[in-house]
Amino acid sequence: MSDDTNDKDRNEAKAEQVKDKVTDKPVEGKVDPDPKRGERGDLDSDDTSGELATPGQQSTVTVGEVRKGLFGVRGTGDTSGYGGLTRRVEWPGESHRPYGEGDLAWFDDVVDRLVELRPELGEPVVVVHRGELTLHIPREQLSPVAKLLRDDPQLRFEFCSGVSGVHYPSDTGRELHAVIHLVSMTHNRRIRVEVACPDSDPHIPSIVPTYPAADWHERETWDMFGIVFDGHPGLTRILMPDDWPGHPQRKDYPLGGVDVEYKGATIPPPDQRRSYN
Amino acid sequence: MTSTDFTDPYATGDPMDAQEGTVYTAGGADWDAIADAQAERGDERIVVNMGPQHPSTHGVLRLVLEIDGESVTEARCGIGYLHTGIEKNMEFRTWTQGVTFCTRMDYLTPLYQEASYCLGVERLLDIEDDIPEKAKVIRVMMMELNRISSHLVCIATGGMEIGALTVMTIGFREREKVLDAFELITGLRMNHAYFRPGGLAQDLPDNALDHVKDLVAWLKKHLPEYAAFCNENPIFKRRLCDVGYMDLSTCLALGITGPPLRATGLDWDLRKKEPYSGYETYDFDVLTHSDADAYGRFIIRLEEMHESLKIVEQCIERLEKMNGDPIMVDDPKIAWPAQLALGPDGMGNSHDHLRHIMGESMEALIHHFKLVTEGFRVPAGQAYVPVESPRGELGAHIVSDGGTKPFRVHFRDPSFCNLQAMPAVAEGGMVADVVVAVASLDPVMGGVDR
Amino acid sequence: MGAEDKIPSGVMLTTVEGIFGYMRQASFWPATFGLACCAIEMMTFGAPRWDSGRWGQEVFRASPRQADLMIVAGRVSQKMAPVLRQIYDQMPNPKWVLAMGVCASSGGMFNNYAIVQGVDHVVPVDMYLPGCPPRPEMLIDAIFKLRQQVGGRPIGANEIAFNEQRERDALASVPTHEMKGLLR
Repeated sequence: MSDDTNDKDRNEAKAEQVKDKVTDKPVEGKVDPDPKRGERGDLDSDDTSGELATPGQQSTVTVGEVRKGLFGVRGTGDTSGYGGLTRRVEWPGESHRPYGEGDLAWFDDVVDRLVELRPELGEPVVVVHRGELTLHIPREQLSPVAKLLRDDPQLRFEFCSGVSGVHYPSDTGRELHAVIHLVSMTHNRRIRVEVACPDSDPHIPSIVPTYPAADWHERETWDMFGIVFDGHPGLTRILMPDDWPGHPQRKDYPLGGVDVEYKGATIPPPDQRRSYN
Repeated sequence: MTSTDFTDPYATGDPMDAQEGTVYTAGGADWDAIADAQAERGDERIVVNMGPQHPSTHGVLRLVLEIDGESVTEARCGIGYLHTGIEKNMEFRTWTQGVTFCTRMDYLTPLYQEASYCLGVERLLDIEDDIPEKAKVIRVMMMELNRISSHLVCIATGGMEIGALTVMTIGFREREKVLDAFELITGLRMNHAYFRPGGLAQDLPDNALDHVKDLVAWLKKHLPEYAAFCNENPIFKRRLCDVGYMDLSTCLALGITGPPLRATGLDWDLRKKEPYSGYETYDFDVLTHSDADAYGRFIIRLEEMHESLKIVEQCIERLEKMNGDPIMVDDPKIAWPAQLALGPDGMGNSHDHLRHIMGESMEALIHHFKLVTEGFRVPAGQAYVPVESPRGELGAHIVSDGGTKPFRVHFRDPSFCNLQAMPAVAEGGMVADVVVAVASLDPVMGGVDR
Repeated sequence: MGAEDKIPSGVMLTTVEGIFGYMRQASFWPATFGLACCAIEMMTFGAPRWDSGRWGQEVFRASPRQADLMIVAGRVSQKMAPVLRQIYDQMPNPKWVLAMGVCASSGGMFNNYAIVQGVDHVVPVDMYLPGCPPRPEMLIDAIFKLRQQVGGRPIGANEIAFNEQRERDALASVPTHEMKGLLR
C-alpha cells in the first residue's frame, strides 16, 4: 500500500485519538441520532443494537464510549480503510415497572419491600436484563440496605456469593463498580447489587459486618481494582505480593506481557497488538 | 547459644519487626539449638509458617499457624502464590478463546469453568433456548464424569495426607479411566476447552458411548472399594471424625457451598435449585449428612460419585437416541469453530468449507475472515450463571460491552470462598488436624488464585 | 598398552567418574514442587499406571535438602518466584531443574503481569518439557533425557572446574531475547 493512503489513515487515527480524549464523557440519549451511522457501521453493529432493544420496558444507555475504526489499539496505522466505522457502546438501561413477569414477578416484590423498609433510598435504579435483577444502590446506602436484604424475612438474602469489581473508564464519576451477588436460599432467589464510586474517591462501605463471606472478595477487589472498602477488618492485598504497585485488573493497567519472538518475527503481547474491538 | 545468634535474613530492619518476637529461620541450622534457644526464652507461643511449598497443603497454600504446644490457637491463610491473571488475559481474547483460558483455573474441574462461562455467554447472546438438546446432554455427561474425577483426586490426596497411600494409588487408577474417556471425547486429558458458547467443540467420536459404558461398569465395580477401605477403618475415622467441624450458620456466614455445606444437612445443590443444562430432567438425589465434620464431607463426596454415575447412565441412554443430532447452535457466526474436520495433519477447516470459501463464494470468504480474526459480538450487559461444581457454587460474572471480547470476566470460585473457612475449621484443634481440616474443604489453588 | 592388557577377561574398566554418573543418574530424588495443572500430571507420573517406581524414581522428597532434582510443575507467579529461588538455594549440590510444562518453560499462554515468563529467569534450567500439561509419558522421556546429562557429569576437582566453566559460559552467552531468527 502506498504511503499516501497510509498517511491519511494515520492522520484520521490521530484526530480520533485527540477527539476521544476530549469527548471522553457520557453521551446522552439512547438512540443514535444519525441513521447513516448504522449503515456505515461494521457488519455486526446492527445486530448489537437490535438485541439491546428489550421489548417495551427497557431503554439503553450509552455510557461514554463511542468506538471508531475496526482496530482496537489507537494510534497504529489502520490500513484497513475502515477508519470511519463507529460503534456506540450501549449498556442495558434502567427498567420500568413491572420488572418481572411470571416466574420473575418477585423482582417487584423485592424492590417494593426494599423501598418500603428504606424510604431514604427513593426509587432505586433497577436494571432487568436477561432475566437477572440488578439493583444500583448509592454507596452511602449500601450498609443499611445490605443489612435489610439479609435480615428482613421477606427479602432474606442470607448468602453473599461474591463481590466482583468492574472498571468502566468511560463512566465518568462512577468509574469503579463493585458488583455483589446475593442469594436467598430461603426463597431461592438471586439478585445483583451494584455500587459505584469515582476513581478519584474510591471508597465503598464494606459489607463484611453483614456478610463475612465478602471478606476475601473485598480484599481481592481492592487488590485488583483499588476500591477501598471502608470498615473492612483487614484490607490488605490478597493475590498480588504485598509490595506490588498498582491494581492489575483495572483497564488503565497494561496486561504486562513481554514480546514473543517466533520464527524471526517479534509479536507484542495481546494488549499492544492490532486487534478488533 | 543465645537466640540472638539467629538472624532473620528477610528482616526489614524496622524496629516494629523486632517487637513481634524472635524470628528463627531454619536455614540448615541445628534444630536442637533452635529448640534450646526457644526453651531459654520461656515463650510457648510459636508462630509457624507452613508453606507455600509444603507437601500437605494442597498446592501452593501458605498457612500461618500460631501454636501453643500441639494445639493451634490461631490460623491464617496466605494465598496468591498461583495468581495467574487469567481474568485479565481473557479480556484480550475473543469470546470463544476465553474458554481456553478459564478451563485452566481450577485444573481438577476444567469442564465446570467452561460450563459456567459458556452458559453466561449464552445468556448474554440470548440463545439459551436454542442450544441443541444433544449438546446439553453431552455437557451434563462430561460434567458428571468430571465430578467423579475431581472427587477421586480429593479423596486420593486427602488419603495420602493422612498416610493412607493405598487410597491415593487406587484413586489415581480410577481417575485415569475417567481421563481416558475425556481424552477420547475431547482430545485432551486435562484443560479440555471442549464446551463452547453455543454448544460443543466437536461431536462424540463413534466409539465414545461404548467406552463410557465400559467406564461406568468399571467404576460401579471399583468405587465401592473406597467405602470398604475407609468408611469403617478405625484409623481413618479417628483422623476424620469431629475434625474441622463447621455448622450451617458458619457455612452461610462464610459463603461455603458444596460438600461442606451439604455435610451440615442442608440440601443446597444448584443442580436442583437453579437447574441449568436440563438437570431438572434427570433423576438423582442430593446427598446430605448430619455430621458437619471432615468425615461427613468425605462420605458425601464418596456417595455423590454414585449419584453422578446414575446421571451418566441416563445421559448415555439419551445419547443413544440422538445419533447425528447437532451439537452446536444453529447460527453460523457463533458456531464457526465447530465446522472443523479431522484431516491428516490434525483438526482444521474441512475440505468442503475450504472449497466453499475459496472457490464458490466471496461473501463466505469475507465472513470466514471476519469470524476467524474478530469473532462474534456479544450484546452489552452482564450475566452470572452459577453451576454446582464438585467444590460448590462456581459462577462466572461476565460483562460485555457489545464487543468481540469480554469486557470483564470474574469467576466466583468455590475453592476461594471455602478456603476462607480455614481459620474456622483449624483453630482450637491439633496441628495434625489442620491438614485434615484443610483437605476436607478441598481447595484447589488454581481456582483460589486464578 | 596399559592395565587393560594385564587383567583377566570378563572384567570391564571404566572411570570412577563413569561409575559415579551411572549410579547418580539412577538415584534421582525429586523435590515436590507442584504448582498447577502439571502437578497433577506429575502425581499421575508416580501413580499406578505410569508408576515411576519401576525405575526407582517414585521417591518424591518433601524437603528440598534431601532432593537433587526440582521439577517445576506449573506456572510460576511473581509472588512465588522468591519462594522458588529459596527452595532451589536450599537444595544441596549437585542439583538439576526440570521446567515442566509450557508455563514454567516460557510463560506460555499467560503472557501477563502475574506470571514469570519462564522459570529460567529465576533458576538455571537443565531440561525444558513442553506441553499444557505434558503427558506423564513426556515427563518420563524428559527425565530419561536428563539422566543422560547427569550420567556424564564430572566429579571432584573436575566438577568444580566444570561448574566454573559453565558459569563463565553463561555469563558470556548472548541472552535469548537478543538472539534473532533462531527458529527460521
